[in-house]
Amino acid sequence: MDIVYTLWLRSMKRYLRSKSRIVGSLGMPIFFLLALGFGLNEVVQLPGSTGENYLQFLVPGIIAMAVLFTSVFSGIMIIWDKQFGFLKETLVAPVSRLEIMLGQTAGGATTAVIQGAFILVLSLLIGISIPTIQGFLIAFLFMTLIGICFAAFGIAIASKMEDMHGFQLIMNFVIFPIFGLSGALFPIASLPEWVIPLTLINPLTYGVEGIRYGLLGTSAIHPLVCLAALGASTVVMIVVGAFLFRKASV
Amino acid sequence: MAAVLVDKLTKRFGDLTAVDAISFEIEKGEIFGLLGPNGAGKTTAISMLSTLLLPTSGRALVNGIDIQKDQDGVRKAIGVVFQDQSLDEELTAWENMDFHGRLYRIPKAIREERIRAMLRLVELEDRQGSLVKTYSGGMRRRLEIARGLLHEPSVLFLDEPTLGLDPQTRNHLWEYIQNLNRRKGITIILTTHYMDEADRLCDRIAIIDRGRIVAMDTPANLKSRVGEDVVYITSPDAGRITDEITAPWIMGAEQYDGQVIIRLQSAEDHLLELLRMFGGDGYTITSISIRKPTLEDVFLHYTGREMRQEEAGALDRMRMMMPRRN
Repeated sequence: MDIVYTLWLRSMKRYLRSKSRIVGSLGMPIFFLLALGFGLNEVVQLPGSTGENYLQFLVPGIIAMAVLFTSVFSGIMIIWDKQFGFLKETLVAPVSRLEIMLGQTAGGATTAVIQGAFILVLSLLIGISIPTIQGFLIAFLFMTLIGICFAAFGIAIASKMEDMHGFQLIMNFVIFPIFGLSGALFPIASLPEWVIPLTLINPLTYGVEGIRYGLLGTSAIHPLVCLAALGASTVVMIVVGAFLFRKASV
Repeated sequence: MAAVLVDKLTKRFGDLTAVDAISFEIEKGEIFGLLGPNGAGKTTAISMLSTLLLPTSGRALVNGIDIQKDQDGVRKAIGVVFQDQSLDEELTAWENMDFHGRLYRIPKAIREERIRAMLRLVELEDRQGSLVKTYSGGMRRRLEIARGLLHEPSVLFLDEPTLGLDPQTRNHLWEYIQNLNRRKGITIILTTHYMDEADRLCDRIAIIDRGRIVAMDTPANLKSRVGEDVVYITSPDAGRITDEITAPWIMGAEQYDGQVIIRLQSAEDHLLELLRMFGGDGYTITSISIRKPTLEDVFLHYTGREMRQEEAGALDRMRMMMPRRN
């Protein structure tokens, strides 16, 4: 546990020092929120809506987006450590690979949840209604699970990558599709029928719906189903990430 | 018990045999050098001994612990300073040290005390709160050495410790390394392709070329096995001196361009005699100088090739640029 904490602490210090990274990775979610939210709010009529407008519908999706991108990126950061030699320092210490991996995951997840929280606060400022305390806690639970799940996913990817060259590829062909197919931007039910199975095997879908339940009180998928599905995905990602990282060499 | 025992250690990458059945034994408190050109297999050997790479075959014990059977045991007993930088540039020197101390599970009170002591030792205590990215190459190297010593290892690996550093910093680091060895009795294994470095620091040297150890002894013995010293005497009477010089320890003398070139054993012991023979009346000596064989000559002698210095130069430059890339 000490070791996990040590690696977490390092992630936190680095995160708090890189102001440009904090602001930079908030840029895209804020852009999406403002452009889509305000741009489409008047135009879009949600099918079967229970009264919320598109902006309200969009906020949980954008929070999930911020958490997703930050956590995947934090996981992939291990490649930098590999390239700049720091990974050797941890690998030659008398600690297990699992502890290193868990520490990195915890650090990535924490920064991701903080980024998500920024978006949440911002949404309150632009006028979505304030949910209950329980609602907040539910939203944070799902943000945390998304963070852990995708930080581990990032580490799994990083363990298989040699350098940062593949990063753009991963972003465009893995991360954006995960985001696009999650119901973050539009209700799952309104998608073409053949796409729906793809959204249902996507862990992020359950995260988005879970946050939506917390903040709006309604969701397309039952929140307990979301919790079970996302929780299981998180466990699987940690196991896969730990396994691949164990095989990774410097 | 030997500090390090290596027995037919071998590492193959596909067809390439990077380390080819090397064997040696290092005593406690010794400074042992692996000398060879880049690509000779030094770093691969160090990587195996520090548990970062598994050997293809062979066996090695570090501090009596098998590097394959008890990796954690070996890791606790060793400190490693890698060839390429391995600091976190976004952290301060203190934080890098603290991170290391926590990884090695040193209790807080002891950890802080030791970090303070080590930073003082490498004269970085004034800059302990600065981010490492603001450090010069020499400061980074010193910090890495301090970090490698924080958990008081009994064996310290230094992979090309002074690569890419300016001569002044190199000298400074050499003094540190020698002091550490003397004061704390730490066994040190260092790799280098600098002849002067090996000569200055090491109690014993293994010359490694293409994965094999071609010679192993003290620097003095290695050099004396290679051959004789040379004394150059510049004199207007060079011709006469050349004709008249005879002594049992002189192995040959020739005259060339106003210079007498005398090949002999242990020049410094016989310099006085030489001066007695030719320093008096009748001879004028303008200058006299001694050239001792260097490890460069030793390397040439054992491998039939010169150290590939130009290639090393290019690689050095690349390495120097690496940590600065950001």
